[in-house]
Amino acid sequence: MIQISNLHKSYKMGSNSLHVLKGINFKIDEGELVAIMGSSGSGKSTLLNILGMLDIADEGNYLLDNVLIKDLTETIAANYRNRFLGFVFQSFNLINYKNALENVALPLYYQGLRRKIRQQKALEYLKKVGLLDWAKHLPSELSGGQKQRVAIARAMASEPKVLLADEPTGALDSNTSREVMSLIQKINDEGKTILVVTHEIDIAKMCKRIITLKDGVIVEDKKTDQILL
Amino acid sequence: MNNLKIIFDYDTWQEIYSSIAKNKTRTVVTVIGVLWGIFIYITLSGSAKGLDNGFDREFQDMAMNSMFVWPQSTSIPYAGFKIGRSPRLTIQNVKTLKQQVPEIEYIAPRNARGVRSGSQASVVYGDILRTYNIYGDYPEYTEISTKKIYKGGRFINNSDITNQRKVCVIGERTKKELFEEDDNPVGKFIRIDNVYFKVVGVHKYNPGGGFETGGDIFIPFETFRNLYNTGDKVNWFVIAAYDNADVIAVEKKVKKVLKRIHNVSPDDERAFGSFNLGELYNRIKGFADGMTFLSLVVGMATIIAGVIGIGNILLISVKERTKELGVRRALGATPGEVRIQIVLESIFLTLIAGVLGIILGAVTLATINFFTQDLADFPYTNPTVPTPLVLGALLIMTVMGTLIGLIPAQQAVSIKPIDALREE
Repeated sequence: MIQISNLHKSYKMGSNSLHVLKGINFKIDEGELVAIMGSSGSGKSTLLNILGMLDIADEGNYLLDNVLIKDLTETIAANYRNRFLGFVFQSFNLINYKNALENVALPLYYQGLRRKIRQQKALEYLKKVGLLDWAKHLPSELSGGQKQRVAIARAMASEPKVLLADEPTGALDSNTSREVMSLIQKINDEGKTILVVTHEIDIAKMCKRIITLKDGVIVEDKKTDQILL
Repeated sequence: MNNLKIIFDYDTWQEIYSSIAKNKTRTVVTVIGVLWGIFIYITLSGSAKGLDNGFDREFQDMAMNSMFVWPQSTSIPYAGFKIGRSPRLTIQNVKTLKQQVPEIEYIAPRNARGVRSGSQASVVYGDILRTYNIYGDYPEYTEISTKKIYKGGRFINNSDITNQRKVCVIGERTKKELFEEDDNPVGKFIRIDNVYFKVVGVHKYNPGGGFETGGDIFIPFETFRNLYNTGDKVNWFVIAAYDNADVIAVEKKVKKVLKRIHNVSPDDERAFGSFNLGELYNRIKGFADGMTFLSLVVGMATIIAGVIGIGNILLISVKERTKELGVRRALGATPGEVRIQIVLESIFLTLIAGVLGIILGAVTLATINFFTQDLADFPYTNPTVPTPLVLGALLIMTVMGTLIGLIPAQQAVSIKPIDALREE
């Protein structure tokens, strides 16, 4: 599903250049649930941004579902993100003046779907995350766990090939974290490829495979016995 | 999605509506700027139009190509005459003027007592005695200055002149002062300087018609001549030129002819006085046009200031919504879609404000009109803003709204989603 080879990325900070990713190689198959581990500064977020087409690598190849991702203009990147990727953020990033249903329907709007279909699909995914009754609630009326579940529903609604979760439990307490991770496992069980960036080993262990980054290189890439929730 | 489809897409407007409706304070503050601008614009240009209409109303009873000419005193010795002589206009001059100045359509000689010379006539009806101005008139006079006569009456006609009838047309005020409220003066006899006159009409007084008043009494020219023994003498001429003639040129020509007849030096500027309504009208019209232009400029400038305000607030709002816009981009909004959304928000706000401002301005104008409609002395009638000016303002606002919206839109697009989404 995802194939990365020899990925390099550095940031220019004035006259200094910060080499963040120093040749990353990996391959993720369809249906995998992969944790990308690493302490802060290890380059995991940069990697996720490149995978999410929010950032561009300096060097190396990125194949997503056998499509070579390169020479992206903003418009093409936007279309790819819309069609291929679902994002889950640490701080949820729901639009605060839209209710749960409208938030979930938003990526479908950018897909150009008709209103009726958008509503229908959004409801379907809200149901999947167990928040059908909260469809008309604003984010401010939801708890942290509920917000993240809405965000997951939003990421899923566009039926992406890959779900990218950046510290999805970073803002949640441990109980709610387990709820959210349980949902992620459930979605994975249905066959969705999911990447979770985290610095917590507990969270990583709930995935099927752990890739550990340190100082811009992969130091470990192993299958793990998934803790099922 | 192509751009044109976006504009006519219900969902686009749904999206814009929700973004605007959910930020009420911002929306209201933004709208007020432009609303104020268009309100000022509508009210000012409507008032200017009202003033314009008001002046038109003042002049409606006078032919615009008419003029008055009267004798003064000579200032240059000529043909053996000393200076300080006052030429004497006569009834014979009418024929000469008509022959020599073919542009003249109507010429009405007038005599009067109480206006430029002589004392007012004493008028008696029953046991009431009052004094009024008396005019000796030809029927032609109504061709130049419309006299509205109340129902059942008439103005002086040619037969009155030929028969030297003792008939008179009295003013509204005269009627009020001499007659009872329900008394119809037409057919009654009043005594003017001890001669009985039959009232044949009551004229409606129109303000702004020179030195005439609501108490004026008009009698046939020939009767006046006999009554006051004025012989051939004419106090002044009222002349109307044909519609296509240049009344200023006619004025010069008339004076030239009069100077020749009356042995006045052609260079003597003071021998005859004249007054030309067309010129006055043009001057006042010019003033009104100036007002209209000024109100246009001021109104437009205020609108522009308001639209710039919208751009400003949208710029701030884009900063506030950095994260939201970043999320939208991450979810697949293309830069074009973000740009068009911000621009459409700008246009939408501008137009909402514009329409509200137009309504508010129209209400204000209607209110002003309501309170001024009965004021006859106040030159202000039917203040309206011509539709092209309203549409023009809306068009300019749309264009301005688009242009100004492009600035925050560009700002919104220039924020990379990765920066917008960066965790604090």
